[in-house]
Amino acid sequence: MTDLYQSQRAMRNMRQAAMQRGVTAILDVGTSKIACLVLRFDGPELEREDGLGPLAGQSQFRVIGAATTRSRGVRFGEIHTMQETERAIRTAVQAAQKMAQVRVDHVIACFSGAHPRSYGLAGDVQLTEGQVSETDVARVLAACDVPDFGQGREVLHAHPVNFAVDHRTGFGDPRGHVGNRLAVDMHLLTIDTPAVQNLLYCIKRCDLELAGLASSAYVSGLASLVEDEQELGAACIDMGGGATGISIFIKKHMIFAESARLGGDHVTGDIAKGLQVPVPVAERIKTIHGGVHATGMDDREMIEIGGDSGDWEKDRRKVSRTELIGIMRPRVEEILEEVRAILDAAGFDQLPSQQIVLTGGASQIPGLDGLAARILGQNVRLGRPLRVQGLPQAATGPAFSSSVGLCLFAAHPQDEWWDFEIPAERYPARSLRRAVRWFKDNW
Amino acid sequence: MWALRRDRQARWQDPVRIDPAPSRLAYRLDRLWLTPLVRRFTRVGLPALALALAVGLYLKDEGRRTHLASGFAHLKQDLQERPEFMVTFMRIDGASDPVAAGIRAMLPVELPASSFRIDLETFRATIAQIDAVASVDLRIRPGGVLQVDVTERTAAILWRTPTGRLEMLDAEGHRVATLTAREARADLAVIAGDGAAEHVQEALTLLAQARPLAPRLRGLVLVGGRRWDLVLDRDQRILLPEANAIAALNHVIELDRAEDLLARDVTVVDMRNDYRPTIRLSEAAIASLRGETVDETRVNGQ
Repeated sequence: MTDLYQSQRAMRNMRQAAMQRGVTAILDVGTSKIACLVLRFDGPELEREDGLGPLAGQSQFRVIGAATTRSRGVRFGEIHTMQETERAIRTAVQAAQKMAQVRVDHVIACFSGAHPRSYGLAGDVQLTEGQVSETDVARVLAACDVPDFGQGREVLHAHPVNFAVDHRTGFGDPRGHVGNRLAVDMHLLTIDTPAVQNLLYCIKRCDLELAGLASSAYVSGLASLVEDEQELGAACIDMGGGATGISIFIKKHMIFAESARLGGDHVTGDIAKGLQVPVPVAERIKTIHGGVHATGMDDREMIEIGGDSGDWEKDRRKVSRTELIGIMRPRVEEILEEVRAILDAAGFDQLPSQQIVLTGGASQIPGLDGLAARILGQNVRLGRPLRVQGLPQAATGPAFSSSVGLCLFAAHPQDEWWDFEIPAERYPARSLRRAVRWFKDNW
Repeated sequence: MWALRRDRQARWQDPVRIDPAPSRLAYRLDRLWLTPLVRRFTRVGLPALALALAVGLYLKDEGRRTHLASGFAHLKQDLQERPEFMVTFMRIDGASDPVAAGIRAMLPVELPASSFRIDLETFRATIAQIDAVASVDLRIRPGGVLQVDVTERTAAILWRTPTGRLEMLDAEGHRVATLTAREARADLAVIAGDGAAEHVQEALTLLAQARPLAPRLRGLVLVGGRRWDLVLDRDQRILLPEANAIAALNHVIELDRAEDLLARDVTVVDMRNDYRPTIRLSEAAIASLRGETVDETRVNGQ
């Protein structure tokens, strides 16, 4: 547990350093594309009395560089071929730097795969002074029973979701409350360690320093759910190329995240196999002619497939759009059913509000919202990311919701476990640092 | 595998840009170039350094330096001696001949000369040092004329200095010139006494008041640096007080008009005490007043 504190804390310090320098890069390592945004921080925004700021509190940064490149060597949201991915990251970072005309040293990254798994943790402590202080919060966080998540797993997020003092619950910030017992509910997200280490290695090879790491499902939820959806309860389905991320938010905290290893690339693969065309051609046909609802009109709309085999008959093939939809629809249904299963397992139907927001590149299939409404429930909408300052028009689509969410995450990270002080009793008994700490506290 | 398929794929992609990724070296150089310090050094520091080096190497040779300096001096002289900047003659207005001659002698350079070589301010200060000059205005007119406008001081009074010289003073008591003979300026009155030059204004006022006595007036004498004696012919003196001298003088003039005072045999009219004006008779008058004959052998003034 102390190791976790150290590495996550080191990342937080790095983020502070990046904020001080004023420039940070955002890196979204996806299966179909790698996006890099360069953010410039202009210092803290003006505080208002009601706690709200202009532009939903994201006016303090500005996107000054943006670049996207075709992703290589990434499968299911995990790095598969290190060298290829490293080169793709380098391409994206260099192009973004060139646009921003500034050198970035710190990068905040997110990825969608690596088998995220959610755990709900609970802990409680007796209050010694009758009033909740900062150390009590740290103590109660440390008192949580950490489940055995097995070898080769790493904690990515640990959000204290809810605090309770005695039998009053629902506190976001319990400091100062009077009571005898403090309890906490915490959401812990773990991922596979090798995936993180691969990403770390790639970023290190690009002479960059990692200033933060986030789950793509979490950050796309931050970007594409509006505030009341986050407050009342909603699920964000980030349909990416190789993986579909699912995150459930309530009371502005993520309470569940999971990733289905299915995505738009599988639809493309089906088209390539079904029509016997190369993958790039299939991708092009999917984006131009794709859909999930066939109508009578689609029978008459013939699509030239083309080919390069030299066989005249094969190269002049045509398919109707209905046939294309017939290939795409079962796969999209499969993805949505997988999502449905995950949501059911997570107990999403118990939430007071069951809004579902579809985002990500694969959510741009025409008619997807109608199909999703049949499978997931009536409250389905298509989500686009929040508008942030300076973002190019080309990067405002749903495919960039996790990039934009990562910007918000960089500017306003939610409190995590490691943002609180480690309680003194967790230190080794005869630690020199403990003495130093005592010295610092008392002088 | 990839190499075999490249040609077919290239139809759907940009055929030139197969792998857009920069090499590691290119990436690092690009980042280095985006580092502000490196950038500033290359853009400003390096050219400045190269320039300094080139100039330094060129100027290292003594011969080149002197050549450069002489060339510059030559250029400067050429420019200054262009006909547009030359002053050919000096025109002096408002000065008498001796003063004009003096000013001409004072000109530090020989005409024609470049206007850059004539320091007008210094020259003006030099001219202003001449006593006869009250103020002077210097300018270089188009056409190469050095125009000197002089306002001379006008002599208002003569001053017999303690050493016996006769100086002409203007109304403010400033020296104008030395006079060799009294007859040259018979129109001016004479004052005498130590420090009389500082009290010229008072003397002029008194002289204006003493106009009825003018035919007989010989001059004014400052006594003790504070009060005036009016000296008339026949060795008559009118001793005026320090304060209210004009009233006392008017008193004497009125007495003279009424009683013919000064025509009598009086040597001194003492007005220093205005409660008690006093006159002193000559010895002959005293004698005749006493009925005595004048002893002609006695030395006068005893």
